[in-house]
Amino acid sequence: MHGFANPTRFLKIAKWLTVPLLVSGLVLSLGAVLWGLTQVPPDRLMGETVRILFVHVPAAWLGMGGWTAIAIASLMELVWRHPLAAIAARAAAVPGAVFTAICLATGSIWGRPTWGTWWVWDGRLTSMLVLLFLYFGYIALSSSLAREGQSSRIAAIFGLVGAINIPIINRSVVWWNSLHQPPSITMGESAIDPVFLWPLLIATLGFSLLFGGVVLARMRAILADVQADARLRRKALQAEELSA
Amino acid sequence: MSDNASRGLKPKHQRLVLVVIALVAIVGAGFLAAYALSNQASYFYVPADIEADPPEAGQAIRLGGMVENGSINTAADGVTVEFVVQDGQARVPVSYTGIVPALFVEGSGVVAEGAMRADGVFIADNLLAKHDENYMPRELEGMSSAELREELQESIE
Repeated sequence: MHGFANPTRFLKIAKWLTVPLLVSGLVLSLGAVLWGLTQVPPDRLMGETVRILFVHVPAAWLGMGGWTAIAIASLMELVWRHPLAAIAARAAAVPGAVFTAICLATGSIWGRPTWGTWWVWDGRLTSMLVLLFLYFGYIALSSSLAREGQSSRIAAIFGLVGAINIPIINRSVVWWNSLHQPPSITMGESAIDPVFLWPLLIATLGFSLLFGGVVLARMRAILADVQADARLRRKALQAEELSA
Repeated sequence: MSDNASRGLKPKHQRLVLVVIALVAIVGAGFLAAYALSNQASYFYVPADIEADPPEAGQAIRLGGMVENGSINTAADGVTVEFVVQDGQARVPVSYTGIVPALFVEGSGVVAEGAMRADGVFIADNLLAKHDENYMPRELEGMSSAELREELQESIE
C-alpha cells in the first residue's frame, strides 16, 4: 500500500496505465451501447426505450462508485496521511459528478415515456439529486482549498460525511414506496433477461475503465500542477536571494 | 479516552479510532433519520395504508399498487376509466378522466395522484405507470393484450 505512496513510482505506473484504460473503456462502452441500440430486442412493456438502460444504469453505479472512492480516499488521507489520497479524491469528483448528471438526465428522458413524467420527488430520484449537489459542493470546496494552498482535510471530512447518502440511495427503493422500481440485480440474482444483462454488464465494465482512466489522467495533471507550483516558488526564492 | 490510553496509542491509530467513532455516529444518525422518515418519505400510500388509516375526503394524496386483473372499465364518455388498485391486502376503487400512460395495463403497477371521495372512491387527477424490476424481451411480436396480461401476471406471481 505504502509502495504507491511514493508519487514518482505512482506516476510511472499511472503514465503506463492511463492510455490503455481510456482506449479499452471507450471501445467497450461504445461497443456495448451500439449493441444495445441495434442488436437487442425491445422490452415487452417499455418497447424501444429499454435501450436507455445501457447508459442509465452504468452511469448510476459509477456516480455512486465515485463518491465511494472519495470516501475511501478521504479515510486514507485522514488516518494514514497518505500523500496521494487527497489528490485521488479530488480527481474522482469531476467524473463522478458527470456520471451522476448523465444518470439523472437519461432517467428523466426514460421516465417521460414509461412513467408518464419527467421528474417526481420520490426517494430514489431525490437522493440521487442530493448526490449531484454533494459533488458540486465537494468540487467547489476541494478546488478552493487547493487554490489557496490549504490542507485538504476539511474536504476529506466532507467526503466522509457525504458518504452516508450512498447507502440511502441504494436502500431508498426498499425502505420507501417509490415510483422507481426496486433493484433488478441483487446478490447473484437478476430479474433482467440475459439478452439485456450482457450488454449492460459490458457497458458497466467499459464505463468503469473509462472512469479509472480519467481519474489517473486527472491525478497526473494535479501532480504536475503541484510540481510546477513548487518549482516556480523555488525560482522566486532564488531570485530574491540573488537580488538581496 | 483516558490520558494513559491515548499515550499508549500511536497517532495513526488514535486518528483511526476517532474517525471510526465519528463514522459510527454519522451512520447511526443517518439510519435513525431514515427510520423516522419511513412513512413521510414514501412517495405513495398502498391500499392497506388507506384501509388502516383512512385519509380525509378531499385531502391530496398519492395511491399506489397493482391494477387488479379484469377491473379496468372505460365509461361511456370514452375518456373516464374506472379500475381497482390492490396490494394483496386491500383494494381501492379509482376513477380517472384523461389519457392513461402507455404502461397502464391490468396487473401492472400504477401511482395515482388525487383524493378520496366521501363514498370511498379515489378520484385521480394524474396517473403514473410504475415499472417493475423485470426486463424481458417480447417473445412474440404482436402478442395480444390478453396474452400479455397473462404473461405479466405470471411474472408477478
